[in-house]
Amino acid sequence: MTETSGTPAERAAALADAARAGDRRALARLLTAVENHTAVAEQAMRILYPLAGGAHIVGITGPPGAGKSTLVAALIAELRAAGRTVAVVAVDPSSPITGGALLGDRVRMQSYASDDRVFIRSMASRGHAGGLAATSTTAATVFDAAGFDIVLLETVGTGQSEVEVAAAADTTVVLEAPEMGDEVQAIKAGLLEVADIVVVNKGDRPGAQRTAAQLRAMLAPAGDTGRGRSGRRPEVLITTAMTGDGVPELLAALDRHRAAGSADDAPAARRARAAAQVRAVLVERLWDRLASPALAGETEAALDAVARHDSDPYAAADALLAALGGEEKA
Amino acid sequence: MTDRPLKVLIAKPGLDGHDRGAKVLARGLRDEGFEVVYTGLRQTPDMIVTAALQEDVDVVGMSILSGAHMTLVPRVCEQLRAKGLGDVLVTVGGIIPDDDIEPLRVAGVSGVFGPGTTIREVADFIRANATPREA
Repeated sequence: MTETSGTPAERAAALADAARAGDRRALARLLTAVENHTAVAEQAMRILYPLAGGAHIVGITGPPGAGKSTLVAALIAELRAAGRTVAVVAVDPSSPITGGALLGDRVRMQSYASDDRVFIRSMASRGHAGGLAATSTTAATVFDAAGFDIVLLETVGTGQSEVEVAAAADTTVVLEAPEMGDEVQAIKAGLLEVADIVVVNKGDRPGAQRTAAQLRAMLAPAGDTGRGRSGRRPEVLITTAMTGDGVPELLAALDRHRAAGSADDAPAARRARAAAQVRAVLVERLWDRLASPALAGETEAALDAVARHDSDPYAAADALLAALGGEEKA
Repeated sequence: MTDRPLKVLIAKPGLDGHDRGAKVLARGLRDEGFEVVYTGLRQTPDMIVTAALQEDVDVVGMSILSGAHMTLVPRVCEQLRAKGLGDVLVTVGGIIPDDDIEPLRVAGVSGVFGPGTTIREVADFIRANATPREA
């Protein structure tokens, strides 16, 4: 089997072919390679990236306990009923102390074990702070290229400013629970600003209607400045993910947003996503070169000098960039 | 040793509703630096194997207190092998009579942990015996 032997490029090609042909184990292996930043993952992306772009990438974010996983499970049911294939990337936080993680999102997504058209992958954030793992966008691309119709990107429980998911997704859904805050919360900058759709979940709780009404009022554009994200007001919906109430309406809203997006701000969103992806790889590559044997000594010395306050971060960065330039000329 | 965390699935097969032990273990292994996928109560062998495959775990740990281990655990091992996951380390914890340990080993279980086992023992066993996934 060439999946486990040969050069990284050969293994990547074998895994990518198998994953695209429906081999779920090969798909799982590719995702592991992506998570671990291996040479196979990089080679696989060269094959898969040009093949991706057909899936609807949907970000689902919101505070811990708002019901993200339960809503994802309800959405899976709705999508399967419509005959669509679904992949889920569910991110939970890694411990900053031990590096360990408890990935518990599958608990709410149990019903699809024998359904080959549903693939759920948990990811630990591994120190990445924006609400996703550093590799979540790449994982979504792998699912996309493997032919899934829709990829649901579920973030860690977020606070007010983890807006990274908006760059990773075509459509961003921000979940709120009833009575989570007053009108002032709704006009603060951050998470709600990047929402394409706002969902008040736990709609059977008292206060859900009032929370939705407040959000609708406060998320309306404050005069047409033309500067908001696409200048549109996000739809505000109410769901009860536990029972499935409101979920068909949410799916319809997702489809509407996607249809509108293709004519509207999608090129800008795709450009922003491309920038974020290239930037991430660029930073990683720079660090790798700075840690290479030729430059490791200089890098360590520069970091030590900053730690001692003998130098400052700006001077150190300039010196290291100059060292990289010297390496190129050599 | 690799510098990335080993990934462990903790599942409760069968119908007993006692998941405190599984949760304590999941939490303890998290603190030992593992990435733990916790799937909760009442898992069928099919659900466990699907989760192991999709998550590409290094280890499947099953907690079982109902006495149904001789039925459920070999079935999980068989299905893992059938899906090409024969290299995944399988461990079982719970109330397992001594007489059942050898048949479970033959079925494909590497570690059987009874009452009184410490988290550290389980963690050390996993670190010593799991084969990290490569890709």
